[in-house]
Formats: sequence, structure tokens, C-alpha cells
Amino acid sequence: MSAQNLDHFKKIYFEECFELLMNAENQLMDLSADENPTNYLESIHAIFRCIHSIKGGGGTFGFTDLVNFAHAYETLLDYLRDERIHLTHDLVTLMLRANDLLEDLATNAKEEDEVRPHGFDELLDLLKQAVDAQGHGKEVNQGGNTNTLISHENILDTNVTKVVTFIPKPNLMRYGNEPLLILRELKRLVNDFNPDGSEDFFKVECLVESLPSLDNFISGECYLTWKITIQGNCPDTTIHEAFEFVEDDCEISIQEERNAENIQTNENDDESPHAAQDKLTLALQNKEKETPKRDDTVQSIRVDLDRIDRLVNTVGEMVIKQAMLIDQANSAELSGQNELIKGLQELTQHTRDLQESVMAIRAQPVKTVFARLPKIVRELGLELSKDVRIEMSGENTEIDKTVIERLGEPLIHMIRNAVDHGIETPDERIKNSKNPHGTIHVSAEHRSGRIVIQIEDDGRGINREKVLEKAIKNNLISESTSLSDEEIDQLIFLPGFSTAAQVSNISGRGVGMDVVRKSIQALGGRINIQSNVGKGSCFQLMLPLTLAVLDGMLISVGEQCYIVPLINIIETIRPSLESIRNLVGGNDILQLRKEIIPLVYLHRMFSVENAITDPTKGIVVVVETEGGEKIGLVVDEMLGQQQVVIKSLEANYTAINGISGATILGNGRVALILDISALKQTNKTGQDNKAKSKSKAEKNIDQVSHS
Amino acid sequence: MGNINMTRTVLTVDDSKTIREMVSFTLTTAGYNVLEAEDGVQALKVLESNQPNLVITDLNMPNMDGLTLIKKIREMGQFSSTPILMLTTENTDERKNEGRSAGATGWIVKPFDPEKLLQVVTKVCG
Repeated sequence: MSAQNLDHFKKIYFEECFELLMNAENQLMDLSADENPTNYLESIHAIFRCIHSIKGGGGTFGFTDLVNFAHAYETLLDYLRDERIHLTHDLVTLMLRANDLLEDLATNAKEEDEVRPHGFDELLDLLKQAVDAQGHGKEVNQGGNTNTLISHENILDTNVTKVVTFIPKPNLMRYGNEPLLILRELKRLVNDFNPDGSEDFFKVECLVESLPSLDNFISGECYLTWKITIQGNCPDTTIHEAFEFVEDDCEISIQEERNAENIQTNENDDESPHAAQDKLTLALQNKEKETPKRDDTVQSIRVDLDRIDRLVNTVGEMVIKQAMLIDQANSAELSGQNELIKGLQELTQHTRDLQESVMAIRAQPVKTVFARLPKIVRELGLELSKDVRIEMSGENTEIDKTVIERLGEPLIHMIRNAVDHGIETPDERIKNSKNPHGTIHVSAEHRSGRIVIQIEDDGRGINREKVLEKAIKNNLISESTSLSDEEIDQLIFLPGFSTAAQVSNISGRGVGMDVVRKSIQALGGRINIQSNVGKGSCFQLMLPLTLAVLDGMLISVGEQCYIVPLINIIETIRPSLESIRNLVGGNDILQLRKEIIPLVYLHRMFSVENAITDPTKGIVVVVETEGGEKIGLVVDEMLGQQQVVIKSLEANYTAINGISGATILGNGRVALILDISALKQTNKTGQDNKAKSKSKAEKNIDQVSHS
Repeated sequence: MGNINMTRTVLTVDDSKTIREMVSFTLTTAGYNVLEAEDGVQALKVLESNQPNLVITDLNMPNMDGLTLIKKIREMGQFSSTPILMLTTENTDERKNEGRSAGATGWIVKPFDPEKLLQVVTKVCG
């Protein structure tokens, strides 16, 4: 096998490794939420499997530190699943730390970093101690019964002998199982518990009492039984592991004998507890089988991301071309060609289905981004001596992978802010008759074609006086400006803004809300804030479903067509004369119920000729920017809702102010996609822009896409 | 059996090339001879002219799924007791019983690590 193949397997291993670690961490987090964990066996088993897989794979590639650490961690889990020790809150915390370190080890292995992560030795010792120090403190919860079983014993107890009686049913070998091989496996498994490496630890005796007479011998059936004597305190589950394939085809009983000298008396004395122990073990194992195991694994394959991207692009092009065909079919004289038209219509449906399926491939549940949050909240809370809990809902809401990847950082930053600035210390909260622990609720849901992610906290809300003060101090606004509450809230989005007295390395240091907002805007989304003093704040992120495709409204201005992103549109109206006012200075406004909305004449903005200039004769599309500011776009006509494939303007021509991209319509023409925020800005400063070059851009894109 | 050091042959059946490669790599390194098949139909073809000591098969495959393959192998006289392991993503009792009824010897849960694979292979085939 070549080195290339090995690298390939390594890549797969690391992908799985980090998935398993996250899985284990989630299980541990669930357990840690419980003050007195009781029903935890299933979780422990799941975590055990994760660590076991990681260890195994690591062994293949020779990651020694990783394997050794995983082994210690795995041993602790083994004891827990075997119920040799009981789970406590402290153990959960220890395992969370071990999980983190294992993650560090995996990262180092992946990056071929030889340096041992900090804490390696300490945690390794703690893990080993947890396993050795059984029966201390509150771990063993069995009413102080001194006959309690193996939990009190040292694993290397040489005074323990286990006698295993293995009675196969006659059909045991029918499907290829072999007692000899099974016994060899048992020996191998038991070897780990071999106290002094002596060869006598494993003795097998074959019993022939049940042999039938020769006449009754059916070939291929098994009539032998075996008695296996094992030195050392090997857990019963380990013994049973050897027989896992033939569980239903045999009887296994395990007797434990304590001191070799006192074999007679001990057997008698301990008979009831030992029988009870075996019964208990068996009962527990049976119960395990009954508990429906949640099956988290689903059939899936891994695909390289660029293959998917290419697929998305190709399908996008297909959507465009197919729309063009329909258009051409409609305009051509096809009255007699019913079959053709019908065929094209069906094709449209298929194309849409295909596009949906393809987009769904890249869609991932938000869970992947949300998963990191509890840990961050926990650690930050500890650091700041605050008690903060996080609740999450809608984790299965699916978003395009392209959006998810860029959602992580802004989301984390806002959560940090909430913990740092939003939630008060327990004392402060109690003083204000609140629960000593603060809660942050993060949710995700689909709402009319967008994703809405909400981060709500029950903290102190935005301190508007402080915000105003800071903004004035940093010359972001002038002292005399009077602002509404909502406008003050928006100030936190200005660059260079931070109300932290010292720039804490947690949420300060320049990574302010302005960066967060820019990230969200870059995704085509926006942020809303609602805040009540003393009660808490609520941040709402609205995001488009995907970056490649846009839901838009096609509008016309003169001969030109533009796309207004649906996410921005509030409403569209044909205004009456009375609702339009001309202000001094040339700007017109629209009076819409109680609001005053500045009008933006697109024909002026983009120097389009032969357009409707009177808003009462055209349509006003009221749109909202990310900041929640409304403007009214004066257009000729609304041509309908369209899903368009976004083509980059920068890639094909150059960036144009007020335009965020372009698309090709069904009729082959280019429509520019409006950037609402930029339009508002430009309108404010009253600049003209170089939209005259728009026709040049149109030509360019046409050329490029037809090549 | 016993101490005779014969080279064992293993047939791995899986529609995923990656799985076949991994199984093949792991077992070949350990001294086994490995044959591959993409699905049940191919596997049966391979069995027409080969006598592997062990068959490892995935369950979800096109053309013929794993359980059907196992049943068909058991119908073939010379393979009625050949060890067959099923590769499954599920560790449920339901799955295990399904496999046993079809005639499987045992199972390996996916994703598996090479160490475990070798242990299980040794346990059923030596």
C-alpha cells in the first residue's frame, strides 16, 4: 500500500475522530447537566464506543501519546460501563477535560506536532487514579455492604479466580463459529488482566460428560463443554465479549472464587452474594438489551465539497438555460406543438426538483454550529463567576453549508457578548429579584424563505446611557443628536465601539459588533436588536437560505431590469399624490401610515432613460436595510418573483456601488441585483454613480457566460 | 486448523471502494489473502471458483443486499459453515437477529478500527 493511500486513510480517520469527539462531548455535556447522574449507562456505552474507535484508529497510524491517553480514558469508561465504579459529577468533569485533551492530541497528530499538549501528564494520572481509587467517598452507592463485589477490589488482585463454564448448544458451530477460536479470543482478552504475566493465568479443561453415544452423533454438532479457570480479576463483561457471537447458542456461567487456600469456606460464605452478583450482572445485561438503543448512525457517504460546488454551479446554469428555453418557446410560434410545450413545462418541474435536491445536499442542520456553544457558555461563565445556562431549539433547521461555515464566528461572538455584557453576576440578579442563573436561548427556524436565528438573554439589556456616552466620546455621533432607543442600540454596530472598561480578551479587542454585522451582511443577511433595560436583549439574525441562489423580485426601470432581494422587501405600493412630499433640498419622501420613508429614484441612481419619474404612476417598493432603515425604491413595474442564480460582478467586471451581483434572466438579458444598504448610503450622500457602465457590464457577463 | 500456518483467504464484499481498500489493506498486512467484490452478485461469481476461509460483507449494496447474499452462500454446500461476518452500522438486537437468521457467524460494527477487525477475523477464522 502506497503512502498516498495511507494519507487518504489518515484523512478519513481524522474526520471521523473529530466527529466522535464531538459526539462524546455532547453526551458528556448532557450528563453534566445532571446533579446526580443515575440513568447514564447508555450514554457511557456510547462514549466508550467513541473513544474506543479513536484509540483503534490511532493505533493503526502509530499515534502513541494519543493511544496511551485514549487507553486510560477508555479504561475509566470501561469501569463505568461495567459498573465497577459509579458515575459522579466530578468524574463527568474529569472526562470533559480528558475529552478536550484527546481533541488536542488528535489535532497535534493531524498537524504532525510532536509537542505534548499541556495537561497531558496531570490528566493521565487523574484518569488512572479514578480507576484505582474505587469504593472511596460517594462513588459506591450500595449502602455500605461490605460484601459488595468487585468494586472494592484492586484490579490486580491475584486472589481472585474466575471459573467460566461454557456449555455450547449442539448447533453452535452451524454458522461457522468455532469454540477453539472463541477460547483463544477469551485468552487474549483476559490477558490484559493477567497480574503477574504467568502462563498459568488461563487453564482450559474439556468436559465430556454430555457426549451422546456414537449412534446419536450428528456431525457438525457440538457436544463438548469447557471449564476455563482464569486468574486475576477480569470483568465479567470482558469474558462475555469473547462469546458475543454465540450468546444465544450457549450457556455461560461465571463463578468467582476468592482465596485459593480458603476455597472451600469462601465458596460457601460468598455463595449468595456471588450468585446475586451474577444474577445482577445478567439482569443488567438483559436490561441493557431491552433499553432501546438510540441509533444515531445513518447511512451516508462522504463527498468532497468541490464536487458538490461544481454540481450546484452546473445545476444553476441548467436552471438559467432551461428558463431561456421556456422563454423562447413561448415567444416562438408553437401553437401546434403541444407536446413540445408540455415537455418543456415538465422539464421545468424536473429542473426545480433537481435544484432543490442538490441544494439539500449541501444543507446541514444548524446543530453543527450550535454544538460548540454550550461549552463556550460554560467556560466563560466559570471564568467570569457567572451562572449562565444555554438553551437551544431548532437545531435541526437546515442551512446551506456555505452559510453555516461563516455563521460560526459571529454567533460565538454574540454569545460571548451576552455572557460578558448581558448576563449579570448572581448577586446582582438576586438583588433584582431574578433567578441567580441567567439563560441564553438560541433558536433557529425557517420563516418565509429565510433562516431566522435568535439569541435571547434575560440579562440586563443594553445600557443605553453608557452606549450613548461611549459613542459621543469616540466621536461617532455628535452630542446634540437625539436618537430613539432603537437608534441607540444600533450604535453598537459602529466600528471601534466597545463599552468594556478594559478590553477583556473575551469579547473585546476590536472584534466588535461591527465585524459581526459585516459578516452577516456578507452572507446577505441582517441583524435586528430588541432590548429592554433590566429584562434582557434579543438579537435576530435573518439569513438567506443559500448564497448561490437568491429569491428576488424582478422590477423594471425604463428598459432595464433589476432584482430586489426578497429578504429586504417590506411591501410594495402605488402611492397616492397626498402621500408624497417634496422636501427642501430635492429629496422626496413617502408618508406611509405613521412612517416617513425617503424615496430613491432608481432611474436617477443608474441614469436610466425613458423611465417613469412620477412615483404615483409607478410602484414604490419599500425595502429595509440591515440596520432596519427603510427606503422606498421608485420603479416602473413589478415583473414577478424569481429565483435567480447569483453571478459575481467583481469576477466578471468590477464592483459597482449599489449593486451586489448579477444574474441572467430567462430571456438572456442581464439583471443587476440591488444592494439595498449601499443604495441607502449613496442616496444619503446624493452621489451619482457610474451605472452608465452598466451596459458594458451586461455585455461582459453575456460574453463570459456564453463562452 | 491448529498450528498449520496456512494463508487464509478472505472475501470482502462492499460497494464502497474505501471500505474494501481498508479491509484489504488491514488484512493483507496481517498476512491474509484478500479477494474483493462490489456486491452480492459479484461475490457469488467469485465464490464459483474460489474457496475463501471467510466472507466479510456489507449489508446495504446494490443488485443484491448482504442478507440475501448470506442466505445464498449458506445454500451452497461447500460454504454452509464458512464464517461470514456482516459489516453493519447498527448494533441493534434486531440487526443481529436478522443476521443470525440469515446465517451470519458474527458482525463488525462500522466504522471499525483495524485492530478490532483483526480481532474479530481471528475469532471466527483463525
